[in-house]
Amino acid sequence: MTGILTFTAGFLAMAGIFAIMSLALNVHWGYTGLFNIGIAGFFAVGAYTSALVTSPMPAGVQAQYVEQAFGLDQPFLVGVLAAGIVSGLVAWIIGFPTLRLREDYLAIATIGISETIRLIFNNARWLANGPQGLVGIKQPLREWLIERGMPPNFYNFFYLVIVILLMVLIYLALERGIRSPWGRVLRAIREDEVVPETVGKDVFRFKMQSLVLGAVIMGIGGALYAHFARAIQPSVFTPLFGTFVVWVMLILGGSGNNKGAILGAFIVWAIWSGSAYLIRQVVPVEFSAQAPYIRLLLIGLLLLFILLTRPQGLLGEEKEVSRLT
Amino acid sequence: MANLVVSGIILGSIITLGAVGLTLLYGIVNFGNFAHGDMMTLGAYIALLMTATIFPALGLVDTPIGPLSFGWVMLVSFLPAMGVTGLAAIAADRLVYRRLRERRVRPIMLAIAALAVAFVMRSVIYILWGADFHFYSQGLRTTWKLPLGITLRPDQVVVLVVAWAMVVGLYTFLQRTKTGKALRALADNPDLARVSGIATERMITLTWFIGGAMAAAAGILLGIDSQVRPEMGWLMLLPLFAAVILGGIGNAYGALAGGLILGVVQQVSTAFMSPSYKPAVAFIIMILVLLVRPQGIFGGSKSS
Amino acid sequence: MTENGSGRLLEVADVVSGYGEMEILHGVTLHVDRGEIVSLIGPNGAGKSTVIKTIFGLVPAWSGQVVFDGEPITALPPEQIVRRGISYVPQVENIFPSLTVEENLEMGAYLREDDFRPQMERIYQMFPEIADRRRTPAGKLSGGMRQMVAFGRAMMLEPQMLLLDEPSAGLAPLVVELIFETVVNINRQAGVTILMVEQNARKALEISHRGYVLVDGRNRVEGTGRELLANEEIGRLFLGG
Repeated sequence: MTGILTFTAGFLAMAGIFAIMSLALNVHWGYTGLFNIGIAGFFAVGAYTSALVTSPMPAGVQAQYVEQAFGLDQPFLVGVLAAGIVSGLVAWIIGFPTLRLREDYLAIATIGISETIRLIFNNARWLANGPQGLVGIKQPLREWLIERGMPPNFYNFFYLVIVILLMVLIYLALERGIRSPWGRVLRAIREDEVVPETVGKDVFRFKMQSLVLGAVIMGIGGALYAHFARAIQPSVFTPLFGTFVVWVMLILGGSGNNKGAILGAFIVWAIWSGSAYLIRQVVPVEFSAQAPYIRLLLIGLLLLFILLTRPQGLLGEEKEVSRLT
Repeated sequence: MANLVVSGIILGSIITLGAVGLTLLYGIVNFGNFAHGDMMTLGAYIALLMTATIFPALGLVDTPIGPLSFGWVMLVSFLPAMGVTGLAAIAADRLVYRRLRERRVRPIMLAIAALAVAFVMRSVIYILWGADFHFYSQGLRTTWKLPLGITLRPDQVVVLVVAWAMVVGLYTFLQRTKTGKALRALADNPDLARVSGIATERMITLTWFIGGAMAAAAGILLGIDSQVRPEMGWLMLLPLFAAVILGGIGNAYGALAGGLILGVVQQVSTAFMSPSYKPAVAFIIMILVLLVRPQGIFGGSKSS
Repeated sequence: MTENGSGRLLEVADVVSGYGEMEILHGVTLHVDRGEIVSLIGPNGAGKSTVIKTIFGLVPAWSGQVVFDGEPITALPPEQIVRRGISYVPQVENIFPSLTVEENLEMGAYLREDDFRPQMERIYQMFPEIADRRRTPAGKLSGGMRQMVAFGRAMMLEPQMLLLDEPSAGLAPLVVELIFETVVNINRQAGVTILMVEQNARKALEISHRGYVLVDGRNRVEGTGRELLANEEIGRLFLGG
């Protein structure tokens, strides 16, 4: 029974983390029309930043196996904050050459940055231990709670609370932002860049703000992932897991709708986790190596199916949001 | 260094072959085909199916020609691989892109669909062939030692010849034939092409076939030059787009130069840093071009 | 004024059309006889270009009828209409910029199965300026020459009728003169009937056999070019004088 419960808590925590990624993508795509297909890069930057900021520099025997550029041994919240800041910085850097150009340049640049980031973490062993990645990433208040009698396998519930709290905070902040004059300009840019330009809005600045804001949230999501999984390797932050799944979540839930972004994340994560289990049951053992790719195929087909049959997603864009005043 | 330049030209020729198809598609269907790299992979795997399974089952086992590591069976396999990949591209257009086009969605939605198509293609490849890498032939890979420290494999000469024969063939088609000119006209000005009686949908179908077939050829050549694996095409996507942007989107001549430049720079960069950074080098070149001259070195047919 | 013609070539009867939900033409009726130059003038936003686009099938007619050469063409798409002998020269983007002049003309002949060389030579004779630049990409030419390429492209199918959408728009005054001369030449030498929309109403009427004044999606006044030029009210309202 507790096994199922802790599993559920872990499942929900991951879904919540993905909901944060999906909300962030909604800022980019749903509200501003920025085509970011390098989410994995911001995800990775956030995760690694927070891991490096919160862990101590390896010492003793461990130092022979683990290399990292720095280890600041800071608290969890500092790590999360740093993750957001660094991820936002990366976005700012790639926004510069691309946001003035046609929209698909940003897409290509984001693929580029995410692949580059993965390559760097994979190859530069001095930075964050190369392909082996970092393990034993600190969890907030874990020792403190266990000392006070919490069974270790209940920790996921506590972490779930943190994730949901942050998710709700981000949701509320975005809902406010998107209904403000600032949010209306973003949506006007999404519809047609020329119109806001003619009324004197600096389209580039607004797009940059949106890109950086979304990336900051993605970085926070990455940090939450790192502290949840406690171990990160470059191979986690692939275009599939880090980018594509988030896109399917947002498109399924309904881009331009923050509730949809969250709903989509929970549904797709349920399909993703559930199908792993189902496929293991159905697929013969000799094909078990192929099993993960059946899942990938399903998710890919799901996205095509939504695009063709219900492009507005399950919830669609909220009416009162899209009204331009 | 001379050796790196030579291997860069070979890699660049493969990139060019993929990039001209990509830029042609860009001009005609007006979105970035993010499945282009995976079309390369698909072509490479269909050729693998031919050389490793279908032809041997028919009693045709490849015997290497002269110093090459492969023979006629490999060369003949280009045709079905290019044909099937071309048809797969047309199928993707009919099933997905055309339906979206008819609904007049923004081109960027088609790019998202292309991303989904890319993942579907790759997952099918993973499911059918697994994650391991393969070689087309077990034949010995001879190496020639040339002056200036250049080493060249006879296989690479074939890669070069095939790539350029196809690129030249495509250019001749675009420049000399009525259909080729109509394709360029359509990329230039779709509305005027329509009022001139050019059948847009037929041209789009043709472009997908050409793009798919050339991508397949590029994939096979890449497989001959290194090895066949499921991620091979995805990793080429960045150099392909970088070559297209460098040359100016929609500009077929630009893609040619862009592909060569990228191949050489990527290879030469390995003298200074780990070869695994090659895609990052492509990315940095692309960013530099975007900063300095966003319309590409040769200007695009539809810049910004 | 149908001295060089023989009867109706184009008949537009009570045509209503528009874009999406928005009705632009509220019932336009006009005709063009063989051999005529007919101008459609009127204020901005009157729907002049929409008339031409509706005739050519680029904008679907909601009601009414378009008859060309005795046959209804109302519901036909442009690629069918062009086969029946009407060519259209859009106001902007009316050339293939990266294609050479010669290739532009070839694309004009895209639907021809027979030898188009003789017609191409006739066009080069009519527009010697572009004949010297056959291998130049059309996008590199001056505005006037581009317009010649656009006319030339449209004439490659040896159409009975040309639809010109503001042929003088955006050109320098001297070039405007040249373009109107060219329009007259096409009409006289090649015997092509012309329906054109023009902002430059006075110049257009001077070379036209007849004209229509279009206001608010309806044709209000019809008359010979001379009559309309002499009409004081029209002069005050649309001819700037």
